[in-house]
Amino acid sequence: MRKTLVLIEHTQGQLRQTSLHALGAASELAAVEGGTTEALVMGHGVGAVVDALRSLGCARIWAVDHPQLADLTADRCADVIAQTVKATEPSFVLAAASTFSKDLLPRAAALLDAGMISDVVGLKKEGDETVFKRVQFAGNVISTVQLSGALKFLTIRPSAFPMANRNATQSEVQDFPWQPAANVTWTQVVSREERVEGRPDATEARIVVSGGRAFKNSEDFERVVGGLADALGAAVGSSRALVDAGITPNSLQIGQTGKVVAPELYIALGISGAIQHMAGMKDSKVIVAVNKDPDAPVFEAADYGLVADVYETIPEWTRRIKGS
Amino acid sequence: MKILVPIKRVPDYDTRIRVKPDGSGIVTEGVKFSMNPFDAIAVEEAIRIKERLPGAEITALSIGTEESVETLRVALAMGADRAIRVAIDADMDSLAIAKVLAAVYHREKPHMVLMGKQAIDDDSNQAGQMLAGLLGVPQATFVSKIEMGQDGATALCSRETDAGIEKVQVRMPAVITTDLRLNEPRYVSLPGIMKAKKKPVEELTPSALSVDCVSRTRVLSMEAPARRKAGLRVKSLDELIDRLKTEAKVL
Ligand SMILES: Cc1cc2nc3c(=O)[nH]c(=O)nc-3n(C[C@H](O)[C@H](O)[C@H](O)COP(=O)(O)OP(=O)(O)OC[C@H]3O[C@@H](n4cnc5c(N)ncnc54)[C@H](O)[C@@H]3O)c2cc1C
Repeated sequence: MRKTLVLIEHTQGQLRQTSLHALGAASELAAVEGGTTEALVMGHGVGAVVDALRSLGCARIWAVDHPQLADLTADRCADVIAQTVKATEPSFVLAAASTFSKDLLPRAAALLDAGMISDVVGLKKEGDETVFKRVQFAGNVISTVQLSGALKFLTIRPSAFPMANRNATQSEVQDFPWQPAANVTWTQVVSREERVEGRPDATEARIVVSGGRAFKNSEDFERVVGGLADALGAAVGSSRALVDAGITPNSLQIGQTGKVVAPELYIALGISGAIQHMAGMKDSKVIVAVNKDPDAPVFEAADYGLVADVYETIPEWTRRIKGS
Repeated sequence: MKILVPIKRVPDYDTRIRVKPDGSGIVTEGVKFSMNPFDAIAVEEAIRIKERLPGAEITALSIGTEESVETLRVALAMGADRAIRVAIDADMDSLAIAKVLAAVYHREKPHMVLMGKQAIDDDSNQAGQMLAGLLGVPQATFVSKIEMGQDGATALCSRETDAGIEKVQVRMPAVITTDLRLNEPRYVSLPGIMKAKKKPVEELTPSALSVDCVSRTRVLSMEAPARRKAGLRVKSLDELIDRLKTEAKVL
């Protein structure tokens, strides 16, 4: 029987929403390939994450709870995945495309001599084969790709697959006895920035307000972009230009080499619309662009474009929301 | 200290990519090709490490067609010491590439592999991690800062993750993949280009390296993504808010 092993991601003891999309993709895969979905949770103290997973339709949840997994570095995680795969023999290993899974999944694939497709946005049966659609060339090309071998690795774009449904049956939970090699020196994590609480993550939000080079410093960005985002209950994002200038942290970058988002509403403020930026947001349901240059390329992709100065218009918008 | 820097020749980030009408690939006629931007950052970083650790040797490596020698020349002009091309005539997937890289690694025995986190044509973001897995060495991916330890035996790397910066200490040999903010690559100078002409470019083949480089992935066809419908220019903030509420129903 075909099985898909879904790698679950969590931060600060919470299941990440992107993993629900990974489980959703696994059920689409099961619909064309047949078979069941199992989940793999790695970490130290993962009880709450496992509990949050139990009503999501997995045939089984593998829990690997180990003190050496307090830091989920690629070398540790790839070793866990390799051991789990050898013992449970899935046909697919699947995860949401995030910096977490991008770091460790290819490493695990190599340990198991398996091929891998990144950033899958669709799948379908063609003859006896399942083929995958993925995005490349900064979003300029959608390719249809075939993957051979008994074991296949995939990362999926969360925005392209629905979240898994909750149901009444509780998944069975089983501990997996990971055996870390005795004499390895794992990569040491020296420090880690945690995402600041308060605003949602851009990959998980219904609305994203994003700012570009129009903003001269962090205070202005926070006041204007952050102000509107908070008024709308939205996440914030930014172009690479602001990250490079040190005005926004890298975790806000949207684009080919940053986060890929597809919210219901994406509001681009003072962003020109370079292809590398659009690669990260053009699948949003509704795009709004505010830019003072009427010829800015961002208007070509925007459902609603307003030629205006963001410093004047946006604080006014925020005031109106607060006033109403 | 020996640093191995794999590089790839890709369509320049600034060119418009178009899919061939029959979907068999992208139009390459008239397209400018350059070194993958992330790889240029890796070359630059290797040079900066060498400037601090004199005696270091930088080997640029490209797996590709004849034309990739031009890209290797750019790396040599920037300051790499020597180059290797592994000749292939068809595209290979990341795992196959990683196997070739691993074979060259075993031949060269570098202290560090510095490479781009992703190639902007395939956008796969896999090869470095796969190489580290095949070699069983530590990895630090998406790195925006490298602080070499005193003896060069370790490196403190700042990684760009979804949550923010994570700092990891890796022991050499290791594979480090570069993110955009690691540095700004230098332009090649005329003397650099002149010097590059005299630097050696060694030619190898996968079979000479005894690598099985069968790709597991196969691209069946390509298409352009659906274009978004041309939108509407609104005249005022009032109109924008009104349309978002009543027409798009997202507010
Ligand atoms: C390999 C590679 C990868 C990349 N990856 C990414 C990526 O992932 N994400 C990304 O975003 N970029 C990426 N880039 C960079 C990208 O090419 C652009 O340089 C970048 O997106 C530009 O950011 P921007 O739109 O904020 O700045 P600009 O292009 O400078 O645009 C600023 C805009 O603000 C407008 N403006 C200025 N002042 C005001 C005002 N007061 N009111 C209203 N409008 C105003 C201007 O008219 C202009 O349109 C990448 C580049 C490369 C080479």
